[in-house]
Amino acid sequence: MSNNQQSLTMAVDEETGRPVIIIRDQEEKGRITGVQAIKQNIAAAKSVSFILSTSLGPKGADKIIVTPDSEIVISNDGATIMEQMDLEHPIAKLLVDLSKCQDSEIGDGTTGVVVLAGALLDQAESLLDRGIHPIRVADGYDLASQIAVDRVRELSMPMRANCAKDVTPEFKQFLVDAASTALGSKIAQGEKLANVAVDAVLSVADLNRNDADLSLLKVKGKVGGSIEDTSLVDGIVLDKDISHPQMKDVTPDAKLAILTCPFEPPKPKTKYELSISTVEQYRSLAETEQKFFTDMIQRVKDSGANTVICQWGFDDEANSLLMQNDLTAVRWVGGEDIEAVAIATGGRIVSRFEDLTPEKLGTAVEVRQEMYGTTGDHMITIQGKRGYKTVFVRGSNKMVIEEAKRSLHDAMCVVRDLIRAPTLVPGGACAEIAASLRITSVANETDDIEQYALRSFAAALDAIPMALARNSGLQPIEAVAQVKAKQLKELERDPKYKTTLGVDCMARGTNDMAEQRVFETLASKTQQLTLATQVTRMVLKIDDIIGQL
Amino acid sequence: MSSGNVLKSEASEERGEFSHQSTFIGAIAIADMLKTTLGPLGMDKILQSMSGVDSLTITNDGATILSSLSVDNPAARVLINLSTTQDQEIGDGTTSVVVFAGELLRMAEQLIARGIPVPVIREGYQRASAAALAALTESANANDGSEEAFREELFRIAMTTLSSKILNVDKKFFANMAVDAVLRLGGSTNLANIQIIKKLGKTMEDSFLDEGFILDKQISVGCPVDLKAEDPEHPLRVLVANTSMDADKVKIFGSKAKVSGATELAAIESEERRRMRDKCARIMKHDINCFVNRQLVYNQAEEEFAAKGVMCIEHADFDGIERLSLVLDADILSTFDTPEKARVGTCQRIHEIMIGEDKLIRFAGVPKNQACTIVLRGASKHLLDEAERSLHDALAVLSQTVKDRHTCLGAGSSEMLMSLAVSREADEREDLTQVAMRSFSQALENICFILCENAGLDANTIVAKLHAAHAGGHKTAGIDIVNGCVGDARELGIVEALKSKRQMVMSATEAASQLLKVDNIIRCAPRERQQGQ
Repeated sequence: MSNNQQSLTMAVDEETGRPVIIIRDQEEKGRITGVQAIKQNIAAAKSVSFILSTSLGPKGADKIIVTPDSEIVISNDGATIMEQMDLEHPIAKLLVDLSKCQDSEIGDGTTGVVVLAGALLDQAESLLDRGIHPIRVADGYDLASQIAVDRVRELSMPMRANCAKDVTPEFKQFLVDAASTALGSKIAQGEKLANVAVDAVLSVADLNRNDADLSLLKVKGKVGGSIEDTSLVDGIVLDKDISHPQMKDVTPDAKLAILTCPFEPPKPKTKYELSISTVEQYRSLAETEQKFFTDMIQRVKDSGANTVICQWGFDDEANSLLMQNDLTAVRWVGGEDIEAVAIATGGRIVSRFEDLTPEKLGTAVEVRQEMYGTTGDHMITIQGKRGYKTVFVRGSNKMVIEEAKRSLHDAMCVVRDLIRAPTLVPGGACAEIAASLRITSVANETDDIEQYALRSFAAALDAIPMALARNSGLQPIEAVAQVKAKQLKELERDPKYKTTLGVDCMARGTNDMAEQRVFETLASKTQQLTLATQVTRMVLKIDDIIGQL
Repeated sequence: MSSGNVLKSEASEERGEFSHQSTFIGAIAIADMLKTTLGPLGMDKILQSMSGVDSLTITNDGATILSSLSVDNPAARVLINLSTTQDQEIGDGTTSVVVFAGELLRMAEQLIARGIPVPVIREGYQRASAAALAALTESANANDGSEEAFREELFRIAMTTLSSKILNVDKKFFANMAVDAVLRLGGSTNLANIQIIKKLGKTMEDSFLDEGFILDKQISVGCPVDLKAEDPEHPLRVLVANTSMDADKVKIFGSKAKVSGATELAAIESEERRRMRDKCARIMKHDINCFVNRQLVYNQAEEEFAAKGVMCIEHADFDGIERLSLVLDADILSTFDTPEKARVGTCQRIHEIMIGEDKLIRFAGVPKNQACTIVLRGASKHLLDEAERSLHDALAVLSQTVKDRHTCLGAGSSEMLMSLAVSREADEREDLTQVAMRSFSQALENICFILCENAGLDANTIVAKLHAAHAGGHKTAGIDIVNGCVGDARELGIVEALKSKRQMVMSATEAASQLLKVDNIIRCAPRERQQGQ
């Protein structure tokens, strides 16, 4: 360990020179205090954000992560990379949480938020060197973040009236554009997947409430074909096969009994013993057992069902009886899947055969079993009457599929956010540059020490367009300077000008993001700014690290 | 970076150039290793397992070779997964997909060295792949003509697939066998219905596709061993079942016999026997000549059947009864109370046959043909194993072709066709992607090159001639391996499934593009194994 770490023992000695024990096992622990502690934390945060910075933007690179269990993950998604990296440093873990928070709240922009936090801390370090107190820095950052958020709001473009009940083609195009921006960095064929994501979310969207329930969407993957073969399937796809090889592969107009009780003799939860001491008892027991099975099947048959979805297993005899009674059955359907089936078909999950009634059955347009590839793998599709959809992802190997699933999730979150709050901001770091310019101009008019923090915040914001330009193979300083100059010219005319100029990552020859149709959601941008600022404050406030030597 | 040690101490990280280098080295090493097995005159590999010399595999099959490697390099593992996917999806082309992905990465390495940015290479590859697939699809034969012509085409595909494998010598024989077997499936792609039985002894040519169905089991002791339907109008009746025939236990949980004396015990025991007897009687109510069960049949039941002259076959496992139910047109039953509802299977003759030293059961004169049996004979176990793999590949690709009838030409013809199409497309581009597309075209041409090289031909001359032939409009030109010159692939009858070729191009491009995008490899510290477990 470096010499700026002191042992705790040296800190407190009594008169005779013996150490005073304050912390358990204190001779084995190390301690760093003051600016040194902050600096060490900043270094850790910077090194994490440096790893992620090359993943930013439409041409950002991927990372291969070999997990502790020797699995391979290939990803461009900030949250996934951070989570899989198995980080040890406490501050690094804080950033993992930051990224996860952005992921769970918004779903997109998980890389950007970490890179921004890293840049903010990087700038803070030089302020600390000048002797500015960390809390003053944090306060200045808070102020700057507020200014930035205000400026980003000015740039925002509402896409449709808030209570419009229909989806206009223009609005849909905006959704596709935003989804493409979210997918652009991750998968080569973004365009096709963006359409799938938008169609998927719109199919479950409730436009009266301005919300979309993503739990109605399932994403399933199967190796084979190519990413372009990914499609939206009407209904639920189960990775199961029909329980008896001779049941029908296709059941149109299915009536589904959704059961969480096994086709087996009941097992009461109370412990009991059934003693047989006479032949008559043995015989009646055997008869009862037979009756259980016939009763079960009869109940299912009586309810009018022609398909059985069961959470548990079947006894051989039950299986055979089901087949003979023309009932198609699927067994071992997991808890999450069985709920999905119930929602999609409008059926009720029944936990006792006695409770099975016709009105509790689910209805489906079709239940179909299909086979894939040469290994005899089956998939069952249940096409419900209600809008339950499955995005069925194909790809050439399992790493591609996993990444496509993650990216689709991000894109669907973006689309959902836009249905909730249909406001877009231009992409290509347009918002960051605009915010940076506004903060600089405010800083010029600030006459106390906050000025420094404001300037640093502005400089930190520039790190995002720089990283974008660098990752896209442009000259970063030149590219960012050009955009800045152009935006300044616009501001001269109108200080609140709604600029759409950003970094031309795709080398399409224009800086106008509206023309390139690169959009992000307002929610994601403002969330990035506030979250990154909060984490920066948290790191700046830590002045003491006590831990293992 | 200062003090940036955020990863655990055993973790490691490769960045930028190093990460690219590691990707290229790993992927190209795997591709180069497989390269020599490509094509009709490709070499085999011996795989020796880490546990010792005992388990030895000799194979030419890409997926088999790769799946037995234990590899650490992440890029190499991606390629292995690629090959596995190809195997699951099509069953053939497992070598070419890896070799092609390797070639694409080799070309990309040179492009990067020339200073072409990775995003440009990826975009170029993407465009090139689209152009190649368009050209390939255009050249494809839809096979919408007569069924005989389609059978001929299937035969050619089987010949092409088998030609690189051990069955090369008798490939006509095996190609015919594979085509017959697949056509009998009637459009199903479930290869589990084609049973391959391997028996040591004799030679490869003594292998056969049985007219009926062969079950690799034995008839229970005391039962008749040869049943024949007296009158073809009244065939033998076979009940296919999945039921426990040991003791018919009461399954109600917690039940237990509790008796006070030997008499009572004897009474219950005899009741149990009576129950079994009852069950046998109920089974025989179906008016059957043969009873096949998935599970074991115990002596008592066996005797019951034997006494009534019913043939009894036990322990026929899941695949066995499923195939039987398909060929005999029978339900798989577990309850026997409703003989009128049950569909009982039929056939003309059931008898025990000897293959080598083993007894097997043959069902002849079966009503349906959706499952069948291929018996492979051969001089050694390794030979049989490899023959099974080769035959399986051929069956897989044929069954997929029955589903999607399009075919394209082999012998490097399709590759050269795509290569030229990509290069033409590249001519029209003004930006840097042009260079990447040319590299893609070159990678396709390299496949032809490898084919020639593996056949010991003068690769440079032949590929140049092939190129010229295609450029001159001879779109069916291919490599004539036997005569060592350029011939016409259509006339040579070298045909492959379009689906396989398409998948090869798509998958390899997808994987190469995915690997190129990586600029950082992070290896986490391995999870600590807990001691004593």
